[in-house]
Amino acid sequence: MESVYIFDFICLTSAFLPFFSQVSILLAIELIWNLCEVLFIDAAPAGSLLLHLLDWVRLHKADVDEKAKDVLQSDSPAEHHNYWDVVVSYVLQGRLEEARQMLVKQATLQPASRNMYKLMDSLLSKMPFYNPGGTQTLTEFDVKWRNWHEEVDRYLKDNTFASNRHLELICKILVGDEDTLLEQKELLSTWYHFLVTRLLYSHPTVKPTDLHYYAQSCLTMFLDSRSVQEPLDSILLAAFEFDIYLVIKDCSIVLNNWWFVAHLTDLLDHCKLLQSHNLNFGSNMREFLLLEYASGLFTHHSLWQCAVDYFDHCPELGRACLELQIERVPLDTERKALKVLRICEERQMSEQVRSICKIMAMRALRNNRLGSALSWSIRAKDAAFATLISERFLQDYCAKGTFSDLDLIDNLGPAMLLSDRLTFLGKYREFHKLYGEKRFKEAAKLLLSLMTAKIAPRSFWMTLLTDALPLLEQKEVIFSADQTYELMYCLEELTSSLDTEEDVEQTKVELLRLSLARNLAMAIVKEGTVET
Amino acid sequence: MESAKYVSQKISKTRWRPVSYSSLQQPDIFVTGSWDNEENKVSVWSIGNLGSSGLEDGFEGDPQLICEQKHDGDVLDLQTMSICKHWARAHRYPSDNAPSTGVACNSPEIVTVGEDGRIIVFRADQEGVVRVIENADSSTLHAVTYLRTTEVLTVNSIGQLKLWDLRQQSNSPSQILSLSRDRVPLYCVDRHPNQQHIVATGGQDGMLCVWDVRQGNMPFSLMEAHSAEMWEVHFHPTNPDHLFTCSEDGSLLHWETSSPSEMPSFLQGGRNSNMTSRSAMAPAGGNQSIISAWLHGDSSKSRLETTHMLPSQTLSVNSLDVLGQCLVCGTDGEAIFVNRQVPV
Repeated sequence: MESVYIFDFICLTSAFLPFFSQVSILLAIELIWNLCEVLFIDAAPAGSLLLHLLDWVRLHKADVDEKAKDVLQSDSPAEHHNYWDVVVSYVLQGRLEEARQMLVKQATLQPASRNMYKLMDSLLSKMPFYNPGGTQTLTEFDVKWRNWHEEVDRYLKDNTFASNRHLELICKILVGDEDTLLEQKELLSTWYHFLVTRLLYSHPTVKPTDLHYYAQSCLTMFLDSRSVQEPLDSILLAAFEFDIYLVIKDCSIVLNNWWFVAHLTDLLDHCKLLQSHNLNFGSNMREFLLLEYASGLFTHHSLWQCAVDYFDHCPELGRACLELQIERVPLDTERKALKVLRICEERQMSEQVRSICKIMAMRALRNNRLGSALSWSIRAKDAAFATLISERFLQDYCAKGTFSDLDLIDNLGPAMLLSDRLTFLGKYREFHKLYGEKRFKEAAKLLLSLMTAKIAPRSFWMTLLTDALPLLEQKEVIFSADQTYELMYCLEELTSSLDTEEDVEQTKVELLRLSLARNLAMAIVKEGTVET
Repeated sequence: MESAKYVSQKISKTRWRPVSYSSLQQPDIFVTGSWDNEENKVSVWSIGNLGSSGLEDGFEGDPQLICEQKHDGDVLDLQTMSICKHWARAHRYPSDNAPSTGVACNSPEIVTVGEDGRIIVFRADQEGVVRVIENADSSTLHAVTYLRTTEVLTVNSIGQLKLWDLRQQSNSPSQILSLSRDRVPLYCVDRHPNQQHIVATGGQDGMLCVWDVRQGNMPFSLMEAHSAEMWEVHFHPTNPDHLFTCSEDGSLLHWETSSPSEMPSFLQGGRNSNMTSRSAMAPAGGNQSIISAWLHGDSSKSRLETTHMLPSQTLSVNSLDVLGQCLVCGTDGEAIFVNRQVPV
């Protein structure tokens, strides 16, 4: 799932950044996320815990490196006004190697204090750091660390660094003096940096369960009467207390989108850290948050495609939500409709397929794009709509006397079988073609079968019979006697159901009867004649 | 090796800027069009010069944006020409504008087709429309390509290829080809660069069809390519034994037939010919026809190699373009992939 997160983060930054224009929100999110990773997912035990927390602080305090770069690029780094700030910041972050390298520069400038610098250098180099992969146990490390701590304390009490206030400061930090640390508020800038530094230099073997005591006290100490506890601080505090639910709840309230809580909860759920919380509508919290997030995505003009994946991963209500949402995606172009349809078809959402195809088909029909309309109804296997389209064609024919869109009707292929009306249309056109090619016998047979096989709608029979007239009037007999009987039968069937008031129809009917009778006569004679 | 660049816009079309054939330069500038945004853009990108080729794998240079231009509506097709012009509202319905779905250029002529079933011809040096073929199709025309300088080929939603002779004044196609089975909508078409009667199409069912336009109604070969709609198909312009297709299913395939260029292969009639082995049959003279490797049908599937070009499934790959050894493609995952070492 990680790739999905990264992708969404980027999507989201692109989508929402212009609107919120607060990079600080993103930084805050990253801060909380990394802390949750350290505390909940890595779940580091005592010893490694501090190391992870150090990494976390270093990751989120990039200005030290910038300052250092400035100092190092200057002509005389040791005399730069930020020099000591950089050194102290390195020490506060436990980056002792880099602090030592910086101090060397100062040492060369002050040969008189060479011994002091050498001593400081050795103290810094001897500080023990816990090695999780090593053979040393935590207790052994603790012993070593206490020894080192005592040594530093001794030097401090001996006033070894008293002549150099900077080195004295560093020594006090190394010994973990709270007041000194608090004086470095500006360099620390946040209470959690203060927390980690304090732990580094006074309780490096802190246990996860004890973390929140220190966190609370550090927060209180760091905030003076002027500054107030911010929402971010409460969230971090909740994390230090290992109260997952409080973290999620506070984040939901504070952050103005669901991205963070949805993904965090999902991740925690995958790590099996959440016990399922049955909410009112019976699904668990992870699913609830993911659904909220995905529904929000769906309203975005282009991120709706991402949202589909989220719904897929919500086993209880995901499908139902997707079914509701997917129909609301605006279908401006055919290409978009095709993509939406593909999503529905892959998930066997046949209802939605049908409804989307119907929308597109109706639109096409309104714009007189009969071929498009037909292609949409084929995709939806919508026989009713195909019938509607065929009716339109037939109406056009009756009105104009010719077929429009011959390229479509002539090339229906197997699609013809989708609806009876469509089949009729195809066959009727075939009849016209046969007639045009002067293949009268075949045309006649086809025409008759259209009626007898009940492919033609009753309303069209009059037209068909009228089409039969020129065939009946040919010099050569085309319809056989049997066929003529069938035609007569059809005519009678038609007239018995027709309104007898219509005079126009009556004339036509009379004409037909006459032609049929004449044809019958000729056919009987022809069939009765023996060729000699 | 691909490098992906995420560009915060879904890419609907991408095209290389052509380089002159005389220079052996690889292309370095491409254009993309976006879709589904509130404000869509046509953007021009550069992948920098490749002179410094000591570095690994062609990773140097993410595409850099050179300039971009707003565009109303989704960008549905792109072609590169040296002149810039804008014709508004060319495609329309009685009551509304209709999306124009495809454009083909044969400088200075430009042909466009749209959802309104019209074919419209423009000239780059004229203001208005040169010619409109009304009601060219009762369904949507999805793509158009030039077959010869005076002939274009269109594909539509009911699985038909139609040939249009632009010298004729009539509004009907000179030829119609279609599959005899289901009328699957066709979305893309491309002509073989050297042999103008060979055309490849792709459509809703993801099948790649190769047609011989001279030989009537049936496609010459049908190959299962993708599991979803095929959006674009391209013959490689200078090495046409290579073909590229991309699809809604998130894959981009590189098709390679065994090249007959060293050893011309002879079609022995019909679709089930047995191909002679490569060591036999020297060319016997000028009157033998060299048939393209594409028109061999299923029996020689073993001579057709297909490779996936993208490392993993992404969202739909909407568009691709290939020139020289460089391939660029754009996806619905808001990413552009550039590969500068396509094995052709």
